[in-house]
Amino acid sequence: MSSSVLYDAPGPKARVRNRFFSVAGSLLVVSLVVFVVYRLADQGHFAPEMWDIFNNAGVRANIRDGILSTLQVFAVAAVLSLVLGVLLAVARLSEHRAVSALATGFIELFRAVPLLITIYAMWVLFLTYKENLGFIGESSAYWALVIGLTIYNACVQAEVLRAGVNAVPKGQVEAAYALGLRKSQVMTMLLLPQAVRSMLPTIISQLVVTLKDTSLGYIITYAELLYAARTMANNIIVNDDNPYVPVVIVVGAVYVAMCLALSSLATWIEKRGRRAKTGITPAAAAEPLEAPGVLDAGGGPLGPHVEGEAGGAEGPGGKKN
Amino acid sequence: MNVLLDHLPEFRDGFIGTVLLTAASALLAMVLGVVMAGFRVSPVPPLRFFGAAWVTLFRNTPLTLLFLVAWFVVPAVFGTGMNPWTKALLALGFYTSAFVCEAVRSGVSTVPLGQAEAARSLGMTFSQTLRLIVLPQATRTVVPPLSSIFIALTKNSAIAGAFSVTELFGVQKLLSDKGFAIAPIFLWVALAYLVITFSISGLFRLLERRLEVAR
Repeated sequence: MSSSVLYDAPGPKARVRNRFFSVAGSLLVVSLVVFVVYRLADQGHFAPEMWDIFNNAGVRANIRDGILSTLQVFAVAAVLSLVLGVLLAVARLSEHRAVSALATGFIELFRAVPLLITIYAMWVLFLTYKENLGFIGESSAYWALVIGLTIYNACVQAEVLRAGVNAVPKGQVEAAYALGLRKSQVMTMLLLPQAVRSMLPTIISQLVVTLKDTSLGYIITYAELLYAARTMANNIIVNDDNPYVPVVIVVGAVYVAMCLALSSLATWIEKRGRRAKTGITPAAAAEPLEAPGVLDAGGGPLGPHVEGEAGGAEGPGGKKN
Repeated sequence: MNVLLDHLPEFRDGFIGTVLLTAASALLAMVLGVVMAGFRVSPVPPLRFFGAAWVTLFRNTPLTLLFLVAWFVVPAVFGTGMNPWTKALLALGFYTSAFVCEAVRSGVSTVPLGQAEAARSLGMTFSQTLRLIVLPQATRTVVPPLSSIFIALTKNSAIAGAFSVTELFGVQKLLSDKGFAIAPIFLWVALAYLVITFSISGLFRLLERRLEVAR
């Protein structure tokens, strides 16, 4: 339903009223912004000296290094989580009870626990067994962050992929078996490619979440963008004050720009897929649902009895096709 | 086992802290989210733009950054009188409101076209159409995504623990700083979160069943 159904084309009276609300609303928003800016300026957060710090080569290098290490953590965690996610999805869809139960337990446990709790536990674990694992300096925080992100996002990606696999029409699997393809061939040649294709927008949206969650490195004192910026602001004193506000504004803009770039990629792929006439329609470019699904034991299309409803096509793929 | 029994008060306080913080910020997020969703479908262009900007901004900002904003920018604007709990509430509520707004908006778009058209042709105004016809029917489709959003909120509230708010992550941090083995602490804290998230999804499943109608 387009939102325009909710109201008529405005007549003369409504136009006046809308104009009134436009002006009143804009005034309210503008006055709020002005108030915030005024209060910040009042306390000297917009003084030229405060913002001059960004002309300093050291400050710039700090921010650049922060961005680079954020991107590095993101890249490694994204690749690892996709690989582990595929493995977990295949394991959960497996016909072997033990494998499937193990994967289900792993996914449900780590999906239900806050990512921060996992990362922190990893960090403490790595710090405790630092010598045995051969971590030097900051690398225990790095690996804690990467592995925590990998495990959590792999579980979510696995669920997304499973929803994608379940959305593939059953006839295709039956046809493949009738042609004499083996189980592994059906999975790798038929189900996974279509699942990835249809779920690509959702997968990328979850990657945006991964990118945002790299900022949890702040809490375990890993020098990604947020922590680097914070420690930098701690060490700079301009006009008897730390330049927290300018630094937070700049870093925030960087984060928003990075995440927007990635999520607009997801939206673009979704739009392009909707235009295409062939193949499975892609899922919406939204974050996957978080509902714990321990109770739905989906056999998946590989299972022997898939008459009627294949259970557990939860998530954004549920409504498609 | 020992860690839990010896530190039951800490665990209890942490558990209650997480539940309270989650409930309070869920309430704030609901109010803000529904208002923003109303803005996004309204006939007034500046309000539509404001709603869209709100959602884009908060969906693409890491929550940790919002916590930093609440700790460093908000006191500069509104004075330093706020306690950590209120600041955490603001950060979590504002962040989650963007997701609530999107859920409500997509719920609005699943209400059959004819309903709104009928309301319009009966002479209802925009706010009457939205309040009396569309939003009540949208509730039904909004409940499942809302449950997922509140579960995510519960998990996100862990970040508040790192900013000196009493809740479960704070308990984990405290006990592991005291030198207890991390594995049992992790398992107990995980269990506590599981209890909360399962009760949320159970509660919402109940709500779904209550709201269910034969169509």
